[in-house]
Amino acid sequence: MTTLDHLRNRDAVLRMSETEAEERAAVVDPDDERMIINMGPQHPSTHGVLRVTMELQGETVLRSKPVIGYLHTGMEKTAEDLTYLQGPTNVTRMDYASPLFTELTFSLAVEALLEVEIPDRATWIRMLMCELNRMSSHLLFLATNGMDLGAVGMMIYGWREREEVLRFFEKVTGLRMNHNYIRPGGVAADLPDGWRDDIRSILDALPERLEQFDVLMTGQPIWRERTQGIGVITTEEALALGATGPILRSTGYAWDLRRAMPYLAYDQVDFDIVVGTYGDTFDRYAIRLNEIRESMRIVEQCLELMPEGAYRAEDRKVTPPPRARIDESMEALIHHFKIFTEGFKVPPGEIYTAVESPRGELGCYLVSDGGAKPQRMHIRAPSFVNLQTLPHMMHGGLLADAIAVISSIDPIMGEVDR
Amino acid sequence: MTETAGPSDDETGVIEESTELEEGAETLHGCPVTQSHGQTVLHTQADGYQQLVQNLRDDGYGVCVDLCGVDHLGNNTRVLPSSVPSERFEVVVNLLDVQAQRRIRIRVQIPEASPTIASISDIHPGAEAMEREATDMFGVQFEGHPDPTPILLPDGWEGHPLRKDFSMGRIPVQFKAVDGR
Repeated sequence: MTTLDHLRNRDAVLRMSETEAEERAAVVDPDDERMIINMGPQHPSTHGVLRVTMELQGETVLRSKPVIGYLHTGMEKTAEDLTYLQGPTNVTRMDYASPLFTELTFSLAVEALLEVEIPDRATWIRMLMCELNRMSSHLLFLATNGMDLGAVGMMIYGWREREEVLRFFEKVTGLRMNHNYIRPGGVAADLPDGWRDDIRSILDALPERLEQFDVLMTGQPIWRERTQGIGVITTEEALALGATGPILRSTGYAWDLRRAMPYLAYDQVDFDIVVGTYGDTFDRYAIRLNEIRESMRIVEQCLELMPEGAYRAEDRKVTPPPRARIDESMEALIHHFKIFTEGFKVPPGEIYTAVESPRGELGCYLVSDGGAKPQRMHIRAPSFVNLQTLPHMMHGGLLADAIAVISSIDPIMGEVDR
Repeated sequence: MTETAGPSDDETGVIEESTELEEGAETLHGCPVTQSHGQTVLHTQADGYQQLVQNLRDDGYGVCVDLCGVDHLGNNTRVLPSSVPSERFEVVVNLLDVQAQRRIRIRVQIPEASPTIASISDIHPGAEAMEREATDMFGVQFEGHPDPTPILLPDGWEGHPLRKDFSMGRIPVQFKAVDGR
């Protein structure tokens, strides 16, 4: 219980409503050196619309509170009004930096309730695409993390590499982001001709670029000075606060759902879990950089082991028939019409599925009442939970380091607010 | 009893939940246990929920990965053990044991008349934000919560959007007054 007491006694969280904070900020007391300031929601380093209310003493952050909800658009309510087939179009917009993962966890949940088996090729395509997405997401992190800490050149480089991956996504799914590619029953389309060459060119170009990043940032004294020992969190604190993903791994705890509770075909590929030692901002940066290398290893194995076959389940109640069949078969036409007008019905029940997104455990809690639309669809967003570590990481640090800490959590506000 | 999420572990072949529920043999800390697609689910009422979470924490379920509310208004397909009367709202808590690599889920029945349960943020500080979200969305009050302020909704928002009787599209957007306009 010591961790709990410690978390409680540290008094790092500013537990105060918006109105109260405004009132406190207006009172000027010459003896009181503390003051409450507000950062965001419009601030270049808040990754969208994160607002942080901070209590400062001089330049030291005492207590703080992330104020969220500026991007809340009621996506879980919307999900209750969309059929299971339309569902991925909605959830893909939550974590816009790694949309395929939200589609995946939603699709896994629907498939578990339907008890539909998906073909091997679909599983491997999902894994391939998700690992590429992990790479693009972490490249985006490197870009923004560099930008936040003054390595502005890094922003351009990170964005450039990410664009290479997104170009491949566009070829496969039709869109750079918000793909709606992973759907209940499989994936939307097979990989296009020449996909191996495209991936090969990404895998060939990237290692050299990653080494350049090492020169630009990892080994660079100014970078280390700004990140090492900043925003430290321990394993016990991270677990108590529900933090997962690179934040938990930075503390030295090797927890990765791909290894601990394998889904898709992660038990058939070889990869390492990257862990840190100190739980500081530098470790979280280094973990993400090296996770790109591990993802490349998995993608490499997907190239080798990609099975042939169907890319979606042949269950006509769940997936639409091939276009060619519609012209010749009345039944196919009916199935097609039914799926796109009424949707398919999912047996009553409830399920929680979780996948390891670039930010941590991304879960989907799905309740079906037997109809074509969910009774309840809840996404357990890793960024939402991880943000709770922010006050504890910033406590006692400098205001300038707050930027580094926010950046190292890598919150995606679309997912935080949903 | 290792729990993994995903369709691959449906080996137990749960065909009908109801057949298993009638037996009602298995309990954990005095709460009936059911299986849902290979996942372990505990059913309880608001009373004793906090103690249950504490007991499970002592069993090793040290991480509260998820907490959310569910409104079952209009859902008559729900199957619950006979000892737990069904109520309109549920609070669903997903706990994780990182040592033994297993999961467990608690479904707490919350009556519509008094949607109040104890907060577990003392046991799992990570549940704090999720409880605030459940209060916003369903109006479930968590007693003993250290900071019961709105989290996703603006201060002073009326209504609880994820309740089934909060209709979509008909509610005018509520703006806060700005001084001087």
